[in-house]
Amino acid sequence: MEKSNVQPLDKIPAGTAAQIVSIEAGTGLKNRLASMGLLVDVGVRVIRNDGAGQIIIHVKNSKVILGRGMSHKIFVIRV
Amino acid sequence: MASSKTLQNLTVALAGNPNSGKTTVFNALVGTRHRVANYPGVTVEKKEGRCHHSGHELNFVDLPGTYSLTAYSTEELVARHFILDGQADVVVDILDASNIERHLYLATQLMEMQVPLVLAFNMSDVARAKGLEFDLKKLEILLGVRIVPMVASKREGVNELLDAIIETIESPQLTPTSLQYGDEVEEELSLIGRAIAEHPEVVGAQYPPRWIALKLLEGDKEALGWIQDAAIQEVINKSREHLKEIFGDNADIIIADRRYGFISGACQETVKDTVQARHDISDMIDRFLTNRYVGLPIFGGLMFLVFYLTFTIGAYPMGWLESLFGWLGAGIYNAWPQDFLLWMRSLIVDGIIGGVGGVVIFLPNILMLFLGIAILEDTGYMARAAFVMDRIMHKIGLHGKSFIPMLIGFGCSVPAIMATRILENRRNRLATMLVIPLISCGARIPIYTLFVAAFFPEHMQGPMMWLIYVIGILLAIACIQLLRKTLLKGETVPFVMELPPYRMPTWRGLLIHMWGRGWMYLKKAGTVILLISIILWVAMSYPKPAESRLAGLDELQQQNVTLQHSVAGHIGRTIEPALEPLGFDWKIGTALIGASAAKEVFVSQLSIIYSLGDSEESVDALRRHLREDYSPLQGFCVMLFCLITAPCVATVAITRKESGSWKWAAFQYFGLTVLAYVVTLVVYQSGRLILG
Ligand SMILES: Nc1nc2c(ncn2[C@@H]2O[C@H](COP(=O)(O)OP(=O)(O)O)[C@@H](O)[C@H]2O)c(=O)[nH]1
Repeated sequence: MEKSNVQPLDKIPAGTAAQIVSIEAGTGLKNRLASMGLLVDVGVRVIRNDGAGQIIIHVKNSKVILGRGMSHKIFVIRV
Repeated sequence: MASSKTLQNLTVALAGNPNSGKTTVFNALVGTRHRVANYPGVTVEKKEGRCHHSGHELNFVDLPGTYSLTAYSTEELVARHFILDGQADVVVDILDASNIERHLYLATQLMEMQVPLVLAFNMSDVARAKGLEFDLKKLEILLGVRIVPMVASKREGVNELLDAIIETIESPQLTPTSLQYGDEVEEELSLIGRAIAEHPEVVGAQYPPRWIALKLLEGDKEALGWIQDAAIQEVINKSREHLKEIFGDNADIIIADRRYGFISGACQETVKDTVQARHDISDMIDRFLTNRYVGLPIFGGLMFLVFYLTFTIGAYPMGWLESLFGWLGAGIYNAWPQDFLLWMRSLIVDGIIGGVGGVVIFLPNILMLFLGIAILEDTGYMARAAFVMDRIMHKIGLHGKSFIPMLIGFGCSVPAIMATRILENRRNRLATMLVIPLISCGARIPIYTLFVAAFFPEHMQGPMMWLIYVIGILLAIACIQLLRKTLLKGETVPFVMELPPYRMPTWRGLLIHMWGRGWMYLKKAGTVILLISIILWVAMSYPKPAESRLAGLDELQQQNVTLQHSVAGHIGRTIEPALEPLGFDWKIGTALIGASAAKEVFVSQLSIIYSLGDSEESVDALRRHLREDYSPLQGFCVMLFCLITAPCVATVAITRKESGSWKWAAFQYFGLTVLAYVVTLVVYQSGRLILG
């Protein structure tokens, strides 16, 4: 996989599936995300992304709202 | 003999993710009879209830709904302490069976604690509809935990769950499987385990050693605090660094990854997805409801509907209650024996029935509003609305969810402040709580209608009402921004929230939600209001003027003279110089003192001051008197002051309870009073300059 394919989650348009490659957050936050199923290698699908504001994603059979700032720290590749 | 078996008193803790149906399970187990308290030292709600099953008395404790059991949030710490401190004989973890992999994550952490555990696979109906098939026997063996399928909303599986609980305590067939985290992690775990085994005096020593080692390796803040010994700290740091070198990530994330690995391994063997994954209709509904263009109008429409129904339908029972209290007051008044303890008659009729009744008549409105909100919440819509509102709320430094308590604030501040519980971030929550009284509640409507109709021509009355509401909202926004930049500074925490699936609400669930909140309003506000009503009644009735001064006056005039002579009347006069720059005189001042208990009292106070009853004609007479005594500017300033000033006692009491300290309640009380003074002063003085 080329490095250039890696994008922050907030750049992924709605309807696209992606896989998490890294999460650049503090320990507490990373843990919180992990408890909701957001970990490296996990597949997600973006349901709503208006280019501003929060985004909605699908992960492990449930939906999660992420703040824009938060989603900017999650790096993914499209699949 | 049936009673030969001793009644054992067992404590069962209910754990589970939010949205797993935990509340429904709790209610199915114990009915609605439960006690609500707080866990010691924190403002996390603790619900307890009992039930009997085959000769045992089971005491259920509802733990806060959490996704995991780390040391990062108060709720998680509360839950984990309750379990670890051996307060529960058995822990029941409620899971959403239709979303099993995610929900088993909490279960793995409970397994790590080595406590007697039962898993309740709730929502099995949803799972079946999704085409999921479980080999529960096999999964039980893989996890080492009893599993009971349930449909809590239909009360299916309740007895099976109770049986499993008792079996797990009395004759456990299984022990929770010990998760393996891979050679590298296991190696570090045993290193740390050995280091703490040499120091049994470590605080957490009563906890399972493997669990302590695991938490230390994860870098759990609380667990690290137990370790004072530099040598052990050294071992821990080395282990964590070693893992970071190998995996390039922190130990806790690696361990989380291993837990999911274990779960997905176990599920692969035991859960069959018989229907091919499809993008279900829920995604389509989501795309529509959260749409950038129609999302907001839909939200607005639904809100309008809720309020419209609240106030139109709620008006009927409100009228009945009003008549009931009026009838009760008049009945007692007339049946009272002549010249017998007349002060007591007045205390009961004017003080208690008048004061408490004034609050209780809002109950139907509040219940209606709560019902509407419960429907929006239980169907899953509220979380979508939070997403839609986030754009607007974000600009004032709050998360989208903050709109929910503010909305409730249009009905009554008390339940609105209670509703701030849904905001996890404390600063966010406090800021919201403090400004809620600026949202015009139902109790202020009588004041506005009196003054608007007294001072403004017909065509200006609507806009004037609207103006007052908007001023309240704008002030609330300004105050939040000020608070977020000063006292409650702090960046908006990164936002993560689960979007619950859409569900058909059940009547039982709706009624329980509605009544749970309504009852709190009645109980908390009712007791405080009762006390304050009595105090206010005393302040407005004593000291009594000399008999000679009342001679020859009719009853209304007597009331007037009594009020003027009373403590409240005196205070009204004493503060007159301070109120003069706002355009108020002693009459307004005295009425304001009454209004400090509940704002709608302001109107009845004014009627007493002007020696008028409270019939229809006298409201018109009151308006005439007001027009003679005050200018429209002064009238407007009275409304403005009533909008902003000190919240009613019930609000103060609930702010103290929900913020956890008198400090914030006092800050809110005095802060708003000062704000009201300043704003009214500026408006009145500049108004006078402009209008000449
Ligand atoms: N279909 C179905 N719905 C359920 C079941 N249990 C609870 N619910 C519904 O799920 C929603 C959320 O339940 P609640 O107990 O408030 O969840 P909590 O957040 O875990 O306390 C409510 O609308 C319940 O009526 C179940 O077994 N099957």
